[in-house]
Amino acid sequence: MIRDITIGQYYPANSIVHKLDPRVKLFATLLYIIALFVYKGLAGFILITGFLILAVKMSKVPLKFILKGLKAIVVLLVITASFNLLLTPGEVTFFKWGVFQVSDTGIRTAVMMMIRLIYLIIGTSLMTLTTTPNQLTDGLEKSLSPLNRINVPVHAIAMMMSIALRFIPILIEETDKIMKAQMARGADFDHGNIIQKAKAMVPILVPLFVSAFRRADDLAMAMEARCYNGGTGRTKMKPLKYTASDRVAYLVIIGFLAAVILLRIFVPYFG
Amino acid sequence: MSIIVDKVSYCYSEDSAYKVQALKEVSLTIEDGEFIGIIGHTGSGKSTLIQHLNGLLKATSGHIYYNGQDIYDEDYNLKDLRNKVGMVFQYPEHQLFETTNFEDVCFGPKNQGLDKKEIELRAFEALRNVHFPEELFYQPPFDLSGGQKRRVAIAGVLAMHPEVLILDEPTAGLDPAGRDEILGLLAQMKRELGITIILVSHSMEDVAEYVDRLFVMNGGELMYEGAPKDVFRHYKELEEVGLAAPQVTYLMHELKEKGLNVDLDATTVDEAKQTILAALGR
Ligand SMILES: Nc1ncnc2c1ncn2[C@@H]1O[C@H](COP(=O)(O)OP(=O)(O)O)[C@@H](O)[C@H]1O
Ligand SMILES: [Mg+2]
Repeated sequence: MIRDITIGQYYPANSIVHKLDPRVKLFATLLYIIALFVYKGLAGFILITGFLILAVKMSKVPLKFILKGLKAIVVLLVITASFNLLLTPGEVTFFKWGVFQVSDTGIRTAVMMMIRLIYLIIGTSLMTLTTTPNQLTDGLEKSLSPLNRINVPVHAIAMMMSIALRFIPILIEETDKIMKAQMARGADFDHGNIIQKAKAMVPILVPLFVSAFRRADDLAMAMEARCYNGGTGRTKMKPLKYTASDRVAYLVIIGFLAAVILLRIFVPYFG
Repeated sequence: MSIIVDKVSYCYSEDSAYKVQALKEVSLTIEDGEFIGIIGHTGSGKSTLIQHLNGLLKATSGHIYYNGQDIYDEDYNLKDLRNKVGMVFQYPEHQLFETTNFEDVCFGPKNQGLDKKEIELRAFEALRNVHFPEELFYQPPFDLSGGQKRRVAIAGVLAMHPEVLILDEPTAGLDPAGRDEILGLLAQMKRELGITIILVSHSMEDVAEYVDRLFVMNGGELMYEGAPKDVFRHYKELEEVGLAAPQVTYLMHELKEKGLNVDLDATTVDEAKQTILAALGR
């Protein structure tokens, strides 16, 4: 039941995208998002679509999997699209009723917004699907390490993030177990009004918090027992190292963003 | 009055990269008042199987009949089934949530919609049945020892007066004394309350002494079923799938090899003593 949540899930496969350095993937995702909000015109749209299709193909992650992430935002998509569609005034109005209207500009912005959101989700899920949480935090720690100089505790933040990520599936599993155990004792989570439903959560939340605190305690103890004392002087078992394909990827993504910007300036037709 | 499991298969995360076939066409029958043991290596599907018996998991294919009724029928009342088939999960102490032990035991009967007097009577009885010390009834559950917490959790299910009591590895993580106490308690409850007990375990020693019939699970399939002594005759095959017969079985086989005419079916220390004495002619 609750296990079907797929946010931040990793899809194991042996592909070029999986093997890229996490720093490259973080950087690429950032530039990709910028490109999404910079592009204008059909040419830019085609370029971005082509880039996205290529990236998905190379990642060897089945399309079905990537699209699953969209299910979570269907409601958001529908709401954004209908607001844009119904509330934007334009030159040609096809339909008008009170404050609501359907205009050519409205249709165009609604479609653009949908495309942007969908592409945003697909792009970012592609990154999390091809990068393990550990790699992700490693990459983040390394990328942000210059901030150490202005006394930002980068290592601590990265460590907290990786622990939090690591604990999500554990806590989901735990919730599942506790729910089942209370259901076996006749608890009912599906019926009743809002207050009754909120009350029914108590038998889940209390044990869940108790176990989360216990786990946190155990983990802290285990880390201290193994002499963990923060990031200073700590070496990595698998230090991040750029390879030739990482350098190529950097060039490709920078070239991609440059192309999108140039297209916006020189061929901003349609849309 | 029985539980019939008919060709039940179950898949976790059916349409994902992590699909796991946890049960493959398992069929078995459990009669009223039996003490059943289910054993198997970790990951063999024991927990998955028992969660089908009270409808917490729904089989991907196959059927389950409780007292002759298909529990997957449209109009079958699953909540009612869960009142009759009590389930004590692994590490049940993790599900305690009330402010006192007594209150926690009341949770099940409360959900059954009984009146206050009946609820408290049942909670009291159940805590007594698991030999929980009375001075701790109104203490918070969180600072009890592991074994004590487990008693409270078992009492929480007992208070619902189930016809069938399923326990998933109730002795996991307990010291030998705690283990014997819990198992002895189960045997006593079966004798005195006449309920069907299904005990899940990965330790042969645990089950050999107490159960009437054994099901051995391996890789999601039912591998053997029968009385413990019949099952332990396959001790070589059991070893191959990562299970060991009770140490007594090995001792008997070694004694036999050395020429002592002992009964190979002895599985408990007591039976071993009898047959060795008999073989020595005393
Ligand atoms: N909630 C779950 N999601 C996915 N796979 C699971 C889940 N629970 C158990 N499994 C898998 O199903 C198989 C059987 O597990 P389980 O029934 O817990 O075995 P046992 O209780 O005998 O140790 C194992 O391979 C396990 O990894
Ligand atoms: Mg188990």
